[in-house]
Amino acid sequence: MLGEGILKGLAETAKNFAGSFVSEERLTTVQYPEERIAPFEAARVFPFLVFDQENRDGGGPEWEAGLRCVACQICEKECPPKCIYIEKSKDKKLDYLGKGQYYPARFDIDISVCMSCQICVEVCPFEAIKMDTEFELSTTDRFGALLLDRSQLAKSNEHYHKIHPTDATAVDARLADEKAKVDAKAKAAADAAAAKAAATQPTNEGGD
Amino acid sequence: MSGMFFLISALAVGGGLAAVLLKNTVHCALALTLAFAGLALLFLQLDAQYAGFAQMLVYIGAVAILVVFAILLTRGSETPKDGVYSRNWFAGLVIAAAVFAMLGWAVLQSTSVLPHETAEPVVTVQQIGIALMGRYVLPLEIVALLLTAATIGAVIVAMHEKEGAK
Amino acid sequence: MAETMDQIFVLLKHWIVGLLPVTVQPIASVLLSVVAIVGFFPALFALTVLLERKGLGRMQNRIGPNRVGPFGLLQPIADGIKSLTKEDIVPLSADATVHFLAPVVLVVAVFLGFAVLPMGRNMVLVDMDASLLFYFSIGASTELSVFMAGWSSRNKYSLLGAMRAVAQMISYEVPLLMSSVAVVMMTGSLSLVKIVEAQNHYTWGLPHWYIFTPWGFAGFVMFAVAATAETNRSPFDLPEGESELVAGYFTEYSGFKFALFFLGEYLAMFSISGLGATLFLGGWSAPFSFMTWVPSWIWFFSKLMLSIIVFIWLRGTLPRMRQDQLMNFAWKFVLPLTLLNLFVAGLWRFLGNGWERWVVCSAILIVAYAAMGKVGMRREHFGPRSYHYAE
Repeated sequence: MLGEGILKGLAETAKNFAGSFVSEERLTTVQYPEERIAPFEAARVFPFLVFDQENRDGGGPEWEAGLRCVACQICEKECPPKCIYIEKSKDKKLDYLGKGQYYPARFDIDISVCMSCQICVEVCPFEAIKMDTEFELSTTDRFGALLLDRSQLAKSNEHYHKIHPTDATAVDARLADEKAKVDAKAKAAADAAAAKAAATQPTNEGGD
Repeated sequence: MSGMFFLISALAVGGGLAAVLLKNTVHCALALTLAFAGLALLFLQLDAQYAGFAQMLVYIGAVAILVVFAILLTRGSETPKDGVYSRNWFAGLVIAAAVFAMLGWAVLQSTSVLPHETAEPVVTVQQIGIALMGRYVLPLEIVALLLTAATIGAVIVAMHEKEGAK
Repeated sequence: MAETMDQIFVLLKHWIVGLLPVTVQPIASVLLSVVAIVGFFPALFALTVLLERKGLGRMQNRIGPNRVGPFGLLQPIADGIKSLTKEDIVPLSADATVHFLAPVVLVVAVFLGFAVLPMGRNMVLVDMDASLLFYFSIGASTELSVFMAGWSSRNKYSLLGAMRAVAQMISYEVPLLMSSVAVVMMTGSLSLVKIVEAQNHYTWGLPHWYIFTPWGFAGFVMFAVAATAETNRSPFDLPEGESELVAGYFTEYSGFKFALFFLGEYLAMFSISGLGATLFLGGWSAPFSFMTWVPSWIWFFSKLMLSIIVFIWLRGTLPRMRQDQLMNFAWKFVLPLTLLNLFVAGLWRFLGNGWERWVVCSAILIVAYAAMGKVGMRREHFGPRSYHYAE
């Protein structure tokens, strides 16, 4: 009959109205900034540089020593709006595999230009740059406060575990695998050298 | 002839004058509405409540809106190129003076004939209703018939326009 | 005690007027009532605006404004300060006098309507014989102000909005009047005070409100529909459709004039709810005979607020009606039903006092409603389009 739909609609809105005082389902507002929803695991806002906690090369603050970035400059070249600026260092530093690598003397990202496309993360061969989920970065300084340098960009591996646990564990596993392979190779080489040394040694002792 | 009467008639006459003297046609229509309001106030001052409110309801609520729509939907809202005052204004003035003299004479004649101490009749809405349904029912039905004919005519005119263009 | 509470405003007014010299007493008495109305209803308007925003929010699964003051109670003050301090922009090509006068005419006309509403026992500003007619004639002036606003802005869209608004208001004026005529017929008087007094009787504790009769119920529903359309409220708010015509006829108004239009619209809503309560819901009379100790003005304002809540509820529920659907509804559905309602009201009077009249009248109304509903709900069959070109 005419008017039935209107009455059904009125009942629905009344249910909404009454329900909004008692049930969570009927009042879905999150009162920012007092309450916040936790970001999802795949959320991404702006990049950050990962540093490992163990101090590998002594000297300098912890983040500088453990920075994974080797200043290969691939991300700088691949970035579509060109918001990354890297200056390579002159000296080398040992990385987690024990090899000497360059490190970035200067690593700037202009986050007012960055478009969060994640290309820098995808092309990095060293798992050194990852996407952060922090978005409350507004400043009152119009000139330059949104240009983050490497001290502001460096965040620990622990932070990476907190925001992207699955990815961080996978990355850690991969790095540990590579280290294990290198270690195994080194151990095999050491064993071979020791075996060779042991093989040549009895003749020396025999000639006494 | 109290001060209130002069005030209200100043409003009505002023509205009427503005309705013919203003250049913008829509302003004229609004001034005419003011004149209608003045008339309604005069009715109310004479304690003719029904006549006053009916005047407001019908004239201001319907006729003024009709006039305004008519101005809007035709080209009356543009100011005419040759100015609003006609060239034969002297003849117009003479005719207007003649009509005014005749009406004034008629009114003054009738008031001098009426006795001075008539009490104002108090006509309530109920009495008007009873009179309409009793003594004046034939004119009421004829007016209703006229209104029905007008409504049907309006509908037919509007309908024919659609079919004629097909 | 109940008597004093009931008449407290009247006694207060008499006391204050008694303090003044005798020559100014009549004027002072009227002025005092006027000041009370002009002060109270805008305050109620501020409260209603907040209630509407929070109520609509809750109905839409969100909280309304809650930042200014506890639970957002000081929001109307913030809104008021904003409206008063905004720059008053008048377009260069707009007609300045008419542009200025339009909101003034609206607010004055709407305030005049409050003069005849009986807000409690002995609490009416002007007790006229033909007060209902006065109310409707003042309501007709509102349409004129809408037109003035739309035309003076020299804006195609404002003009379009104004034309639509005036057409809508005129179309719904007729069912509004007709449904009130049924009430007038049954009471035998146009005076609102007498209409309330006719409803103030109780049988077995239940009141004689007109809404509890078949013709009164139908009349009330049609009055409510026509009232929603008269005040341009959802679902009839196409003229001020925010998504279509920006703001319709008050696009070009800013700052205080916009606030005046807003005020005028809400006051019209109060005024017409008050009228509906007076005509159909018994005005200031209590719902049950054992509740007459509650002051009469509390009952009147509760009924007013109930109507406002229903208006807000409708706004949160229904989508907007299109202009032609609106007009069809008025002329082809509501108007014939109001005429039938008049006939049924007459039948009610002449069928005697028993239970037969309930059955007969209800049956006629329900059958007519269902039949017209069926006819109106038929889907229109659209054939191939034909185009009319301007010759």
